[in-house]
Amino acid sequence: MADLLDAPASGADTRVPTVIVDNLHVVYRINTGGGGRNSPVAALRRIATRKQAPTVREVHAIRGVSFVAHRGEAIGLIGSNGSGKSTLLRAVAGLLPPRRGKVYTQGQPSLLGVNAALMNDLTGERNVVLGCLAMGMSPAEVRAKYDGIVQFSGINERDDFTSLPMRTYSSGMAARLRFSIAAAKSHDVLMIDEALATGDAAFQRRSEERVRELRAEAGTVFLVSHSNKSILDTCERSIWLESGVIRMDGPSTEVVKAYQEYANRR
Amino acid sequence: MRQPTSGTTVTLEPDSGPTLAELARQHGLAVSGARPSLGAYVKQLWSRRHFIWAYSNARLIAMYTNARLGQIWQVITPLANAGVYFLVFGLLLGTDRGIDNYIAYLCTGIFIFTFTQQAVTTSARSIGDNMNLIRAVHFPRASLPLTSVLVQLQQLAPSMTVLAVIMLATGEGIDFSWLLLIPALLLQTLFSGGLAMMVARWAARTSDLSQLLPFVMRTWLYSSGVFYSIDRFTGDLPGWVVTVLQFNPMAVYIDLVRYALMDSMGSPPGYLWPAAGGWAVLMGVVGFIYFWRAEEEYGRG
Repeated sequence: MADLLDAPASGADTRVPTVIVDNLHVVYRINTGGGGRNSPVAALRRIATRKQAPTVREVHAIRGVSFVAHRGEAIGLIGSNGSGKSTLLRAVAGLLPPRRGKVYTQGQPSLLGVNAALMNDLTGERNVVLGCLAMGMSPAEVRAKYDGIVQFSGINERDDFTSLPMRTYSSGMAARLRFSIAAAKSHDVLMIDEALATGDAAFQRRSEERVRELRAEAGTVFLVSHSNKSILDTCERSIWLESGVIRMDGPSTEVVKAYQEYANRR
Repeated sequence: MRQPTSGTTVTLEPDSGPTLAELARQHGLAVSGARPSLGAYVKQLWSRRHFIWAYSNARLIAMYTNARLGQIWQVITPLANAGVYFLVFGLLLGTDRGIDNYIAYLCTGIFIFTFTQQAVTTSARSIGDNMNLIRAVHFPRASLPLTSVLVQLQQLAPSMTVLAVIMLATGEGIDFSWLLLIPALLLQTLFSGGLAMMVARWAARTSDLSQLLPFVMRTWLYSSGVFYSIDRFTGDLPGWVVTVLQFNPMAVYIDLVRYALMDSMGSPPGYLWPAAGGWAVLMGVVGFIYFWRAEEEYGRG
């Protein structure tokens, strides 16, 4: 494991960069909804006077982040809540347009979150098929991979859950199925948002194995997690983000240690 | 060519601003989330045709899962619609003057209009409703409004079967002109698809649009000659208004189907087919390009 990562650093740079983030700034507008006067009259007046709603606020979430990720690396992203980790992943995936700076990637990065099911009203089975088709697989490929995906997710272990709508799943089950769908395809760049911390112990072990496999298939993996253990187990390199700025970038053991000291002090 | 020069040792020092762009160029990295060229976009969309098809089928099935009668509602809904409008406009208001076969005339108008109306209103929600999917998986976003159109197209099939039965029951005969139904619906689908993509982009930016859309669609419904013959009600109107009403795309597509299926209508005026083709190509191309131009922004929400 160590020689995979350390060897190239010693000589000339033979490592292949897969993600280059160059002085990235992300600003997004959020509709806070509450606060301010929200009566219809006030809203009409705002339209008439062309003033922006007081409920819309701009958040400068990423402030000048730069780093290079290489093929075969697994990079952990750590930092307090609201430090910009998920925003950074979304920007790398090309889902949030940057205000300033650029993100360059090899192929299409794929973002894997745990927040919700893909399509709540459809059954797990249809979600698997549709998720795979949406990722660009052919129907034949989907048929070949379907059983593997369901088995990996383990959602059928207790009952036939694939034939139920995904809104009936527990959040852990939905997260597992989502991870399994996205992990069925080898991505050039796979980004995981807290997925490993969600499932039960058995699933965590399986998904860690799968992440290793995906890395062996010459991809790059980003992992956002609040579990220091899963960061240390999966990633050799970590980036510590605080208030949209990189505090530290280096070997996971050092970065996690520094972050823990920082968190304990607060 | 692509050998790392001495300058590239900066890869270990990510702070050295502009050389990162050079490094990206050397290794052939592309800007993330950049909009593909129009040709590449069409190609991507074509490669997701199985997704579009499977998703529209899934949506169709999910639509009636909570109803006991299930898929039978696909037939009942258009019939009930036609019944209500017949009661109001045929029996109570009497807008049927001068139309020989009013029931067939009315049903054609309603079924054809409902297709485009539903395609547009469901497309307006297609981006917002699928934000989970958009933020999880990369695929050409035009798949979503197109799926909505395809769902409605599949719902049009039972409506057209019902319509055929109504035609026969009200004394219209089957002849070869019924085959014109196919090109007429194809052109309407192209038009609706373009309009659906255009509206989907507007609605993705301003979510208020979906509140406003029902009123716009209803105005359009009442001005498209669904319940009455435009020619009979335009006596006092200035000439240009009559022209606008006649070239109104929905009036054109409705009349095309009426002339195709109903013997009692006689033969269509010469402008009808060119107008139908023109609207279809114009809206299809413009709507697609308009949607594509915001492709990278749909994930923002």
